[in-house]
Amino acid sequence: MADNILELRDVKTHFALHTGFLVKRRAGAVRAVDGVSLAVREGEVLGLVGESGCGKSTLARTILQLVPATGGSVLLSGRNLGTASRAELQACRGDLQMIFQDPYASLNPRMTVFAALAEPLRVHRICPPSEVRGRVHALMETVGLSPRLARKYPHEFSGGQRQRIAIARALALRPKVIVADEPVSALDVSIQAQILNLLSRLCREMNLTLIFIAHDLSVVRHISDRVAVMYLGKIVELGPAEEVIDRPRHPYTRALVSAIPVADPEVERGRQRIVLAGDPPSPIDPPAGCAFHPRCPHAVDRCRQAVPPLVPSGPGREAACVRLGEI
Amino acid sequence: MALLTVTDLRTTFHTRNGVYRAVDGVSFSVERGETLGIVGESGSGKSVTCYSIMGLVPQPPGRIEGGSAMFDGVDLLRCSPRQARSVRGKRISMIFQDPMTSLNPYLRISEQVIEPLLIHERISRKEALGRALAMMEAVGINDAARRIRFYPHEFSGGMRQRVMIAMALVTRPELLIADEPTTALDVTVQAQILDLIRREQRELGMAVMFVTHDLGVVAGLCDRVQVMYGGRIMETGDTLTLFRSPLHPYTRALQRSVPGLQPKGEELFTIPGSPPDPSKPAAGCGFAPRCAFAADACTKARPELELAAPGHAHACVRARAGEISVGA
Ligand SMILES: Nc1ncnc2c1ncn2[C@@H]1O[C@H](COP(=O)(O)OP(=O)(O)OP(=O)(O)O)[C@@H](O)[C@H]1O
Ligand SMILES: Nc1ncnc2c1ncn2[C@@H]1O[C@H](COP(=O)(O)OP(=O)(O)OP(=O)(O)O)[C@@H](O)[C@H]1O
Ligand SMILES: [Mg+2]
Ligand SMILES: [Mg+2]
Repeated sequence: MADNILELRDVKTHFALHTGFLVKRRAGAVRAVDGVSLAVREGEVLGLVGESGCGKSTLARTILQLVPATGGSVLLSGRNLGTASRAELQACRGDLQMIFQDPYASLNPRMTVFAALAEPLRVHRICPPSEVRGRVHALMETVGLSPRLARKYPHEFSGGQRQRIAIARALALRPKVIVADEPVSALDVSIQAQILNLLSRLCREMNLTLIFIAHDLSVVRHISDRVAVMYLGKIVELGPAEEVIDRPRHPYTRALVSAIPVADPEVERGRQRIVLAGDPPSPIDPPAGCAFHPRCPHAVDRCRQAVPPLVPSGPGREAACVRLGEI
Repeated sequence: MALLTVTDLRTTFHTRNGVYRAVDGVSFSVERGETLGIVGESGSGKSVTCYSIMGLVPQPPGRIEGGSAMFDGVDLLRCSPRQARSVRGKRISMIFQDPMTSLNPYLRISEQVIEPLLIHERISRKEALGRALAMMEAVGINDAARRIRFYPHEFSGGMRQRVMIAMALVTRPELLIADEPTTALDVTVQAQILDLIRREQRELGMAVMFVTHDLGVVAGLCDRVQVMYGGRIMETGDTLTLFRSPLHPYTRALQRSVPGLQPKGEELFTIPGSPPDPSKPAAGCGFAPRCAFAADACTKARPELELAAPGHAHACVRARAGEISVGA
């Protein structure tokens, strides 16, 4: 079995809330990420799904050290990023890269594709200056862009092409781990498929580890080896992607899966849907016990009392529900 | 007779970079009580079709170049402003992807939900408030009596969507035009909103034009579907037929791109290239440059939408000539 390249140990990212205009008072916290433990194996694609506001982006930004964790630790190849020295952090900066939903926002509109890709190579002294040009062209070819387009600006590209540029930029430093936050959510299906194929191929060929965040479960099922389902800052179910999505165990995952529209009218017409009442609750004042209990059709008294831990729920699978055996 | 009949609608935008043919000769009709799905990729002209019917195309830069939209004997594209007002907002309502397009952030929800009633019906404020409250309850807003006094920002995204739907339905319209009302929502909230639209549709017997790019949503909601590409309709038919036996290569390609329907581990099916540039209309079929079946004939003349079977029409010359079968 491959080693864990990335490990999260009880990671918490809380944002302090303040009231008052002149005198700020602490008024509780947004528990955006609230105790996530996860081991990601080298070369695997881990999908991360959950409703809006459940903390996916915050977890991604915490892994990248873009926001400080308020608890727990993030380990990259065994090194604790939270306690690493500046020099140590600098040394592994290139190992972790991020891709965002909106490639337009993550690319400098005044930089040509060439400049955008050459910059990280120069700043991090990845190759001698004389080789930068060749490397940029090779990167462009890797992501399926013709090097002839190197002198163009981001606005001259379509959404899908811009996402290719963002991917090439992330690849420039030869990272070990890429965290992609909804990289295809803004794209049309036909373009989405092109980018998914590209990411799959890159992971295979370069033995990249990919954390792939999305809210579309069918996309996640396709690209991921394993999937983690988040609800209100916590992982509630984890396991092989197909298993979890085809045979969900946690009541929340079941509801989520049953809400995905299937592009087949006959399937749709014969379908029994679990329609959840209400919106996801607020991470400011999460419900006691299992955070899902107010919307859960199976909730009993026990669910309100203690936060259920992730427990084994099948081969390679875990779920955080005290009623797994009963429902 | 159909409730709404759109014939040869052509809408353009005149910009510095040229003339964009957003909607380029679109004809369709909506029957009373039915749900018509409009699918297509970004920029295919779905929203502009709806805006043209609702009189919401900004002019300039927009211009309705031609065509008609007959609603119960009135051509919405040509009638007097007074006639238009008696239809739009009362007998036809529209909801949007972003509820803040139709909600005023500075007004209490109560004022906004009663507004269409006060404009279109001779009823008192009190009566209007009663109707508004009943509608808010019908769309599943708990504690409506208190929350009707809220401002839009005090609601979550899903709840705002419900408020907008309540506002659109309060006049009991005969046609609801829904432009991707669930695209920005979580699947769980989307399921709630789709349920709500279905239920209200049954209660009011209203017709729905539902714009989406999600074939899954169409499969579960719509009686008929119309597939748009580059400002034109490529194929239209009843939902079951269109999904089971599509005739146009674009419909089939769109269907094959859905990741949920493809075996895991294999490469996903992709449509090569990118969507057409609306300022450079093609001489032939707009999809030809990306079509796996394209031949010379496809680039010569623009194919018209023609019936292949009752209720099932498409605009592919090769399928019509029996030269190709896209299969499903
Ligand atoms: N800088 C911040 N300060 C305060 N609260 C924040 C901050 N960033 C995020 N949050 C809150 O943390 C919670 C989680 O947000 P996050 O963006 O991680 O969710 P997400 O799962 O990525 O959602 P989406 O699917 O909408 O992108 C939300 O309630 C959000 O409002
Ligand atoms: N105000 C405008 N000015 C200029 N061009 C416009 C304007 N509104 C729309 N267009 C153009 O009209 C074409 C059709 O746009 P439309 O919004 O109808 O697409 P759509 O099918 O609704 O796409 P989406 O799925 O992205 O909502 C596009 O090429 C767009 O650029
Ligand atoms: Mg996010
Ligand atoms: Mg639109």
